[in-house]
Amino acid sequence: MFSDFDYQVVIDSIPFLWEGMQLTFLLTFLAIVGGLFLGVLLALARLSHIKVVSFLAGSYVNFFRSMPLILVIFWFYFLVPFILGRPVGGFYSVLVAFTLFEGAYYCEIMRAGIQSVKMGQLQAGQAIGLTYIQNMRYVVLPQAFRNMIPILLTQAVILFQDTSLVYVVGLHDFLVNAEIVATRENRLIEMFSTVAVVYFILCLTFSLSIRKLQRRFSV
Amino acid sequence: MNYNWNWAILVTDPYFGWIISGLGWTLAVAICAWVIAFSLGSVIGIMRTVDNPVISTIGASYVEVFRNIPLLVQMFLWYFIFPELLPEEAGTWVKRGMPLPEFWTAVVCLGTYTASRVAEQVRAGINAIGIGQRQAAMAIGLTPRQVYRYVLLPVSYRTIIPPMTSEFLGIFKNSSLALTIGVLELTAQTRQIEEYTFQGFEAFTTATILYIVVTFMVMTVMRSVEKKMHIPGVISLGAK
Repeated sequence: MFSDFDYQVVIDSIPFLWEGMQLTFLLTFLAIVGGLFLGVLLALARLSHIKVVSFLAGSYVNFFRSMPLILVIFWFYFLVPFILGRPVGGFYSVLVAFTLFEGAYYCEIMRAGIQSVKMGQLQAGQAIGLTYIQNMRYVVLPQAFRNMIPILLTQAVILFQDTSLVYVVGLHDFLVNAEIVATRENRLIEMFSTVAVVYFILCLTFSLSIRKLQRRFSV
Repeated sequence: MNYNWNWAILVTDPYFGWIISGLGWTLAVAICAWVIAFSLGSVIGIMRTVDNPVISTIGASYVEVFRNIPLLVQMFLWYFIFPELLPEEAGTWVKRGMPLPEFWTAVVCLGTYTASRVAEQVRAGINAIGIGQRQAAMAIGLTPRQVYRYVLLPVSYRTIIPPMTSEFLGIFKNSSLALTIGVLELTAQTRQIEEYTFQGFEAFTTATILYIVVTFMVMTVMRSVEKKMHIPGVISLGAK
């Protein structure tokens, strides 16, 4: 079958695929930023001494973690235009879905990160008179982030792969653009193997550099 | 926000039947794929812990390949590309002769993908036991096969029950990806109800609740299994 592998189709479609890849990158980046922000807030809430707050944050996390991402995408694809009362582009609905979904996963990572900071650090911060917010902002969170860098980056690779699920609502990401070319030119084999190879190289390179980083950081 | 609530839609014909059959397909895909994931994942995980560098490299490459390609892309590779790679007769059979082609494709895809994750858990479980037990077993004259069968595996499987539970829940949730190649599982059915009736709230709420209920049931069962299988004197996997 590889004897009639048509490289030309792949080469000709590079600009179109790149357009899709830009959307994939943008969505990954925004979802990481949003998810991380939400995740930190949720982690602080989960570790709160106020029972109601930690219960609510815990329920949020368990709720999103027991749902498939595709269902979450469908939910918000339906909900966001409904709540706003006007049609919005699929991109915004999907971005909301990814942010809220990833927030639950980042929460668990950051919770472990915060718990990995030694109790003495927190107490020392309190002893020199820092408020809760200052203590978190200047003492605990910077260390928590540092401890969790490899896991946060690994989660970023997973998120990068998961963005391909926007396929179900037809957003023009890397995979969907490749599929459009594949069906138009009737070149499924060429396009899908290209997609697989590109994803594989990107993710493997990134995972290997994370592992290198991890070795350098570890004591 | 005007919305016409109509919860009754869920128990109306044919939508009620769709939900039930959707749940059935979701469970069928998840359980069949788990059989592959567990057995293949165990083999690959064990391969990664043996002394032979060729065998452990094969195991490691398997894990890298399956973990670094998005699951959805793997689904398309199995569905569209795999039959073309086979000899002609076999390819035609997969495409036309095989019963339930979408279902079995989804099962194989999810199974082989999750196998790479199960393999990592099995490897971690075996490595957590520590070298001493392995050496002791060899010292009393067990063959490598016996070392694994009677010493390493019984202990490691008991310690990795919690991560294995989350892998199973992962396969259960990931079975929703089967909808992209046309398996009408739970998510697909509720999406279809939304498209037919515009009752998105009711449809998606149903799916959400069913996913949560199954997750909760699996976790409850596994927690009691975990308790029964607990190794006395061991705190957890992390404690070496």
